[in-house]
Amino acid sequence: MPKYSSGLTDHALGDRVFRACALTLLALVILLIFYPLWTVVVASLSNPMELYQKTFLFLPTQWTLDSYKMVFRDKDFMMGLANSVFYTVAGTTLNVILNICGAYPLSKRRLKGKNTLMFLFTFTMFFSGGMIPTYVLVSRLGLLDTVWAILLPSAISMYNIIIMRTYFQTTIPQELEDAAAVDGCTNFRFLLKIVLPLSLPVVMVVTLYYGVSRWNDYFSAMMYVTHRNLYPLQLVLREILLQNLAGDMLHTATDAGYADRMIARMGLKYAVIVISTLPILIVFPFVQRFFAKGMMIGAVKG
Amino acid sequence: MFRWASGHAGGYLSRQRREWNQALKRDYELYLLLIPVIAFFVVFSYMPMYGLQIAFKDYTPAISMEAAPWVGLKHLERFLHSFYFDRVIRNTLVMSLYNLAIMIPAPILLALLFNEVRRKQARVTLQVVSYAPYFVSTVVLASMVVMFLTPGTGFINTILQWLGYARDTSILSVPSAFKHIYVWSEAWKNIGWDSIIYTAAIAGVPQELYEVARLDGASKLKQIRYVTLPCIAPTITILAIMAIGGVLNVGYEKVFLLQNTSNLEASEVISTYVYKSGLEQAQYSFASMVGLFNNVINFAILVLANQLSHRIGETSLW
Repeated sequence: MPKYSSGLTDHALGDRVFRACALTLLALVILLIFYPLWTVVVASLSNPMELYQKTFLFLPTQWTLDSYKMVFRDKDFMMGLANSVFYTVAGTTLNVILNICGAYPLSKRRLKGKNTLMFLFTFTMFFSGGMIPTYVLVSRLGLLDTVWAILLPSAISMYNIIIMRTYFQTTIPQELEDAAAVDGCTNFRFLLKIVLPLSLPVVMVVTLYYGVSRWNDYFSAMMYVTHRNLYPLQLVLREILLQNLAGDMLHTATDAGYADRMIARMGLKYAVIVISTLPILIVFPFVQRFFAKGMMIGAVKG
Repeated sequence: MFRWASGHAGGYLSRQRREWNQALKRDYELYLLLIPVIAFFVVFSYMPMYGLQIAFKDYTPAISMEAAPWVGLKHLERFLHSFYFDRVIRNTLVMSLYNLAIMIPAPILLALLFNEVRRKQARVTLQVVSYAPYFVSTVVLASMVVMFLTPGTGFINTILQWLGYARDTSILSVPSAFKHIYVWSEAWKNIGWDSIIYTAAIAGVPQELYEVARLDGASKLKQIRYVTLPCIAPTITILAIMAIGGVLNVGYEKVFLLQNTSNLEASEVISTYVYKSGLEQAQYSFASMVGLFNNVINFAILVLANQLSHRIGETSLW
């Protein structure tokens, strides 16, 4: 016993130093991660002039919503916003329904042909036809410049099917299904009335995954869509933020000189970023409480 | 029973058919559910694989895929001998390996740091902050990079100036800096998110092991070395194999947005090259071949990494 306790005291100081170092390092990392986000929000609420005067923005010295007003007057932005809401709602609904259609049957060990299907589906995670053959296919199907070109090619992610399937396998006991079958419950009814309500965490997590990737997607629209009225928000953002085409907004924004327009444009960019990221940040806290359960079971074991 | 034992092929087939009939009768609803899923994979995963034949043909949209003349490995040879080959391979490998070197260990380290925060509420809050950037879109991330690096208004550029870097143009236009910009913006976005899975794995380590280690007089560092890390090794291996299997998949969506004419020599990667030669210049066959080259190498490396880990440890994907 004395031997053990001396062992403890030997390391007590070292461990305290270690902990202090670890926590300091952690604080630094969190600060590095947080500051860029924070500065964008502050900049969007400040007079854009401050961006030229100060290196670091911690709090707005004078609050203003001018940048936001400018964004909401922009027709392109509002159209992109409406399109993205549509793509996200319709696309995610399609994603989640198909994901359940795939995950539930594949979670049944007794299902004949299951292993073959699992192999064929999983193989697509590691090998694919690639960008160009997919483009040629979409074009040959006549989907170019339709909403289907954005909705269909990414209708399923095998990764999410595996997460949901693992969750079904580990949380829904076979006895439950046997008991339901004795009561004359069909496969469909069992899925809708028992499995899905019990699997809310994983359904929410998968919905979030799909939703975020739908909302943030720009590449498929860039490949498949040329009509501006089909542009999702991310493509409009690309024009405003990266291609410097935000002409429209600024003609109405100021009638002063070039410098003023440049300054206004800076603020506008920050406001655009905040507005476009806000929907995810609003939805996230509601989904977050399902995270621990839904994600861990699906991912760690799968 | 007697008939099957005699080994007639007909017996085997009829038994197979009977089993399928039974399965369909019992689970027809499950098969119905699978129909749209199978249709999706056939159309959007396997049809493009069938379409890969254009990599060996001279395809133009005017003729059908099947009617296009076979040209063998012409496009592969052209790629291997082209001016761009060295450049895109080098850039892809440099960025990808650099990214792996940071993004495999960094999330593990962050999870270990989180583990030192004792109050649960504080830990959860810090974690949420750490993975918030994950939800930022690629377009927004790229534009934040551009804005923060802009001379005059970008704070990162100002910091660089304090450190003795002084130029009138953005560091984004400096080819040698591109890999750092790519990897560290990627790290900012993903480190917190990637660490979640390790935090979960660490939480699953049995507490008794730590108590035993403490009684044996193990310091904190030794506990991490001899308890935590071995316990989460399977998780690390699986994620590392997955990451290594995507070694040629540089995050082209971001690279594409950060490219400009000044940094192109360091920023052109295989995927952006496929996009440009295929969709912007309409060389469908050539670009398909470049993409196929990329996928075959990725797949081979994945199989190799998996084999290797299977032999060394017990963990593998399949």
